[in-house]
Amino acid sequence: MGTRQYGRKTSHSEPGPGDGGRTGSWRVARPILDEHACIPAKRGAQACYMCWLYCPDGVISRTIPPKIDYEYCKGCGICAEECPTKAISMVEESCFIRSEERKP
Amino acid sequence: MHIIESGNVAAALGVKLSRAQVIAAYPITPQTPLTEKLSEIIEMGEMDAQYVPVESEHSALAVCIAASSTGARAFTATSANGLLYMHEQIHWAAGARLPLVMCVVNRGVGSPWTIWNDHQDSISQRDTGWIQIYVNDHQQIIDGVIKAFKLAEEVMIPVMLCYDGYILSHTYMPFEIPNQEQVDAFLPPYKPEYALDPMSPANLNTVTLPDVRLDTRGRLAHGYMEIRYLLQEDMIKTIEVMNGVDKHYMEHFGRGGCPLYETYQCEDARFIAVSLGSLSYHLREVIDRLRNEGIKAGIMSVHLYRPFPAEAIAEGLASAEGVIVFEKALSYGYQGALCSDVRSALYPANGSRKKSPFVHNYILGLGGREIKTSDLYEAFKDSCRKGPSAGKDLMWIGLKI
Amino acid sequence: MHTKTTILSLPEEEFVNPGNRACAGCGLGTSYRIALKALGWNTILVVPPSCLTVLQGLYPIAATKLPCLNVTFASTAAASTGMLAALKALNKQAIKVVAWAGDGGTSDIGLQALSGAAERGDNFLFICYDNEAYMNTGVQRSGTTPQWAITANTPIKGKLQQKKDVPAIMAAHNLSYVATCSASFPLDLYDKVGKAVTLPGVKYIHIQIPCPPGWGFEPRYAVKLGKLAVETGLFELYEVENSQFKLTGASQKIADKRSLVPVAEYFKAQSRFKLMKASQIEEIQERINKKWAGSFETAEDTDED
Repeated sequence: MGTRQYGRKTSHSEPGPGDGGRTGSWRVARPILDEHACIPAKRGAQACYMCWLYCPDGVISRTIPPKIDYEYCKGCGICAEECPTKAISMVEESCFIRSEERKP
Repeated sequence: MHIIESGNVAAALGVKLSRAQVIAAYPITPQTPLTEKLSEIIEMGEMDAQYVPVESEHSALAVCIAASSTGARAFTATSANGLLYMHEQIHWAAGARLPLVMCVVNRGVGSPWTIWNDHQDSISQRDTGWIQIYVNDHQQIIDGVIKAFKLAEEVMIPVMLCYDGYILSHTYMPFEIPNQEQVDAFLPPYKPEYALDPMSPANLNTVTLPDVRLDTRGRLAHGYMEIRYLLQEDMIKTIEVMNGVDKHYMEHFGRGGCPLYETYQCEDARFIAVSLGSLSYHLREVIDRLRNEGIKAGIMSVHLYRPFPAEAIAEGLASAEGVIVFEKALSYGYQGALCSDVRSALYPANGSRKKSPFVHNYILGLGGREIKTSDLYEAFKDSCRKGPSAGKDLMWIGLKI
Repeated sequence: MHTKTTILSLPEEEFVNPGNRACAGCGLGTSYRIALKALGWNTILVVPPSCLTVLQGLYPIAATKLPCLNVTFASTAAASTGMLAALKALNKQAIKVVAWAGDGGTSDIGLQALSGAAERGDNFLFICYDNEAYMNTGVQRSGTTPQWAITANTPIKGKLQQKKDVPAIMAAHNLSYVATCSASFPLDLYDKVGKAVTLPGVKYIHIQIPCPPGWGFEPRYAVKLGKLAVETGLFELYEVENSQFKLTGASQKIADKRSLVPVAEYFKAQSRFKLMKASQIEEIQERINKKWAGSFETAEDTDED
């Protein structure tokens, strides 16, 4: 089956996620947030959010605590580097691959 | 209303009647008076359009492309090196399927510099996916501009309307100015299927992969090749649409009737000349002279050059003994582009052995070299005499080497 | 008195979809994300070939949630003009037009059209995101590549010429607003973009964008590196509003404290400068010191009052 029925005749893209596929697969290391060190988590209130601010991909949410979307997080490490309390550490992706493979 | 004015003014009036909304202007001889006239019309408040004096021709077409993508009817004009400067954008507008109209006031290209008429500028753009129409006099210019907008917006392919620099752009002829109300009835406001809009966001003309891919709604979208195929498919359909537009114009204004090509004395002609633009009318003098001598000659003036109406042209030439193509341009390293196209149209894809006319190719008038009727007559007569045994593939008229 | 935006007062809404093809740690990623928050929905973007073209998504998926017109390399500013003309003709002038071009598309191939648009006074914001080379095509040198940087086509000697000062060129067009920003100071960027779109004519904002693969550093240090560029005084954050020059943010702080971080630290952190000789670093340090001497004197005068 071809694309004859496709409505448009030009290069016309609509907004949507994942143009680059599952960019989470690019990661060599994964950012893990320690809620005990994270300022908004500890305070139970909106605060800091340096990780949310600097994330180039917008995959960290401005919630209490911030949540990272691992589907798309590329593992750049900026959040870990900029966190004022070092609440985020970069953990090798290989650890998670093995445990995720074991999941039923 | 009947007036006597220049070809450039005829074009400008056509643009005014077509209610173009965005006009990009950059000066280049011999097109300049066209956009100057438009600036005068706009500044006098006689036309409600945005006049953008750009800093280059590449930018002129950039303005038109963006304006059209945003939903406005856009126009620009240029010649020669200006046309070449916007070459990248010409391809772009075609692939983006934008209904731009551009007048190309034909002029030879550098180097070396020339400001005089030949067709190398527009001929060199024939592969870009624009519709290319050549007109022969001022009436055809003003009618042609209006029809161009209609055609462009119907098939969503940009149109290049070509007329000879100086010979048409700067000479004065009488012509009829269509009535604005009638033009409005023929050409309604531009309403594209899509125009850039925050209410319906889209990212236009970005990088397109070689293969097809699913879009955000899970539907299989075109790849680059499909998008380009559709341009070609719609170009071919344009021939039929052009017939319709011309018929429609005839009903409103009483003029037209030969959208693909215009003939003079071809009905019983043994030898048919083929050419583009004002040269076609010049050749009529030669036809008359030959007819007086008993030679059954005729002239086919091609109007729609791209898409090339191969079938129709082949039909029009099939019964002739000889075809003589007179051109003011060539594809260097081979032959005249029009001649190539005509020969190809006469040679069927199935390679059948049915007798075809001989085809001669004359190059003339490059850089505005004077075209003498006597030279045309001699060449035509020579071709009729020599027929298939002319020997040379390419012949030149007016060369002083 | 204009209130500076804080992280918490930034709009939460995202105008970019995740999962785009930008490199990990891309400075443009942050700048684009935050600047779009300042622009809002009623905006149409104009983008030439550049890293942003790729970031915004390949057909048929758009990472950007705003409408955008991709245009040929040289024509960004001209296309912006054309878009504005159409919006005027259609009575939709409230829609903002914002061009985003890379350094190549601004300072090299795009400069002619940009100058033309600036002279015509067309009402749009032109943002140059400057990662200091033709990064999208593999790190070739551009007009804004800094001196001595190793690039794909200055692989052994490094770039011999100095960085082209595009903001100064644009300021010479007497624009209502010219500003420099850094990907490492996104709140400053947010405020400047927000201010720019309220002003008339062409507005120009130049953002320095640290680029991990192009500059040669670990992605995690992207923000630190951008800050270092400013703290060494090599890159200044400033505004030129109605021909009045004013240092802003971290650059203003440098002037106040009269202290510059040695520029050697900045060069040593990036492998694109690995072949720099000590004498070349010293020469640049002297240039920086001279450049800042005036601002330091002004600060001193202010102190003495």
